[in-house]
Amino acid sequence: MRLDQLPLRQVSTIASIDWSRLADSEAKRLRELGFDAGVAIEALHHSAMRGPIACRVGRMTIALRRAQAAAVSVEAP
Amino acid sequence: MNPAPMVALVGNPNAGKSALFNALTGARQKVGNYPGVTVERKTGRMALDDGRPIELVDLPGTYSLDPSSPDEAVTRDVLFGRQEGERKPNALLVVVDATNLDNHLRFALQLVALGLPTIVALNMIDMARRDGLEIDTAALSRELGVPVIETVAVRRAGTDALRTALAELVGDGSRVATPAAAPDDIAVLQRRARAIAARVTVARSDSRDWTRRIDRILLDPVGGPIILAVLMFVMFQAVFAWSQAPIDWLADLQAWLADAAVKSLPDGFLRSLLVDGVINGVGSVVAFLPQILILFAFILVLEASGYMVRAAFLMDRLMAGVGLSGRAFIPLLSSFACAIPGIMATRSIDDPRDRLTTILIAPLMTCSARLPVYAVIIGAFIPARQIVPGVGLQGVVLFGLYVAGILGAMGAAAVLRRTVARGGGGGFMLELPKYQMPIWRDVAIALWQRAYVFLRRAGTVILSVTVVLWLLTSFPQAPDGVKKSEYSIAGRIASTIEPIVRPIGFNHGMALAIIPAMAAREVAVSALQTVYSIDAGDDEKIGQERLSLRLRGAWSLPTALAFLAWFVFAPQCLSTIAVIRRETNGWLWPAFTLGYLFVLAWSAAGITFWTATSLGL
Repeated sequence: MRLDQLPLRQVSTIASIDWSRLADSEAKRLRELGFDAGVAIEALHHSAMRGPIACRVGRMTIALRRAQAAAVSVEAP
Repeated sequence: MNPAPMVALVGNPNAGKSALFNALTGARQKVGNYPGVTVERKTGRMALDDGRPIELVDLPGTYSLDPSSPDEAVTRDVLFGRQEGERKPNALLVVVDATNLDNHLRFALQLVALGLPTIVALNMIDMARRDGLEIDTAALSRELGVPVIETVAVRRAGTDALRTALAELVGDGSRVATPAAAPDDIAVLQRRARAIAARVTVARSDSRDWTRRIDRILLDPVGGPIILAVLMFVMFQAVFAWSQAPIDWLADLQAWLADAAVKSLPDGFLRSLLVDGVINGVGSVVAFLPQILILFAFILVLEASGYMVRAAFLMDRLMAGVGLSGRAFIPLLSSFACAIPGIMATRSIDDPRDRLTTILIAPLMTCSARLPVYAVIIGAFIPARQIVPGVGLQGVVLFGLYVAGILGAMGAAAVLRRTVARGGGGGFMLELPKYQMPIWRDVAIALWQRAYVFLRRAGTVILSVTVVLWLLTSFPQAPDGVKKSEYSIAGRIASTIEPIVRPIGFNHGMALAIIPAMAAREVAVSALQTVYSIDAGDDEKIGQERLSLRLRGAWSLPTALAFLAWFVFAPQCLSTIAVIRRETNGWLWPAFTLGYLFVLAWSAAGITFWTATSLGL
């Protein structure tokens, strides 16, 4: 399941990240913000009109667009 | 004697670094720029227990030492002693957020590995406890191999312990170690950070997570944007409603000063210069200090509370529609206070084309320098009527002008993104920090800095422009029966540009007012003041009247509305153009900005004037 499909407020784990789908700068920032296989993740908010997603990664809340979220695979909750 | 030892304050964004910097240095701060790059340099002095001074430099908040952004490059270069205009630090003070150790420890590990004398400030320890986290500080210190001190920067807790530890660390300040190469595999560092965080942290039961609960309301797909719109509306209403009393006090002060000058000086050149030029000219600008401070206060509080990045989250979809990212929202909102810090804040945008577009449209955001102009014209031509209780017509018109600027900016962005700034990805990824009570002391310091900058401008740029303008409008002396403002040097300059602006409904006085407004928009107000008080001649009674009354007699409503429309778009501020040149490294983009804004302003004023005239207003 991809992060942009993860139902809201269900705790899951990042299975893998397809770094090749991301631009270098995006990949770097995603790593800096703590995205990594095995980290706990929970989608918290979807903004209107298919706007960005806010999710809890580790102890941080991160906002990212759906296009980037689609590169993150999560375990089905 | 050695210079005062230098300690560099480093850490992730949102670690509470600035709060700690303020707690340690108080108001003894200097803010400037690193030479050649547009990264803010903030230094301050603190005294150790034994009275020895330490120079503390607050480096930009960054996530790593990977030099991909200007902020990170400066941080790295300062630490390695390669940054021009900065000496090598004697020691590092690394700030980490205790509630977010997994992530902040990664950067801390990278910094500790440099091998410089280092202290880690475990900040926001109170929030961690509130969240149900128990951190074994001694164990953390063993894992990192450096002293760890618990702090609560917002309440100045732990600063004494920090001072003591720093005194030990820097010694006499003569030792300057050379840093080792920094490890740069983020993934490896991150795993170590997570492992250490897990070993030193004991999470107790479920926490009361306020941020989560508040976000469920404020980030609601429907409710969130409505709350944001209401908040913005309240902000702009407050700018008008709350400023009335202080504006009246300033007006009283100005009248008293003018009166005192009139009484103590003989009639003539000097008195006219002092009263018409200096006191009334500068006074008419300073009168808007309350409104500017109210606007800044709102922006500072929203930023400090953590709401501003939520606004970016809510706005991202809309910004993406014109090819920008939600990240552009923060620089653009800052541009409501002043385009200069707004344009400088675009450095946080990674994508160069996103950034360029944001820079080019930032001048369209209604900066506080337009407020004096808007306030005078609205005050003169829009009746102070309540539409519904608590909502005044004047406030609605002001809100409309802000909206016009925003729509203009969005339209410009959409066009620019398809033409001169085409291409580029333009992602949006950012951290939503926890909500916090703003630290009122820090808000007060920032407000004071803005007020100081504004008053310094009033005392220098605006004062000299006002005086020069007074001279230009007063000489040569007009013969009897000829209007002074027509005959003077300024009048003749205005006459040459008048043909350009006459079609859009501008009269001679307005053509005259927009010239000095290039130095600072708010000068338009004192320019109008000068023009119309000079035309009033020596009649003391009329000379004392308010500018708005005078304007109501001299301008038609379509003309006034056209003037407002002009100021929404016009490239009326040379400092902004200078900053664009600095930020884009060349004359191409500032010249482009001047050109496109002029065309936009002329068309907008024209359309307003022609429409209003044909409607018979």
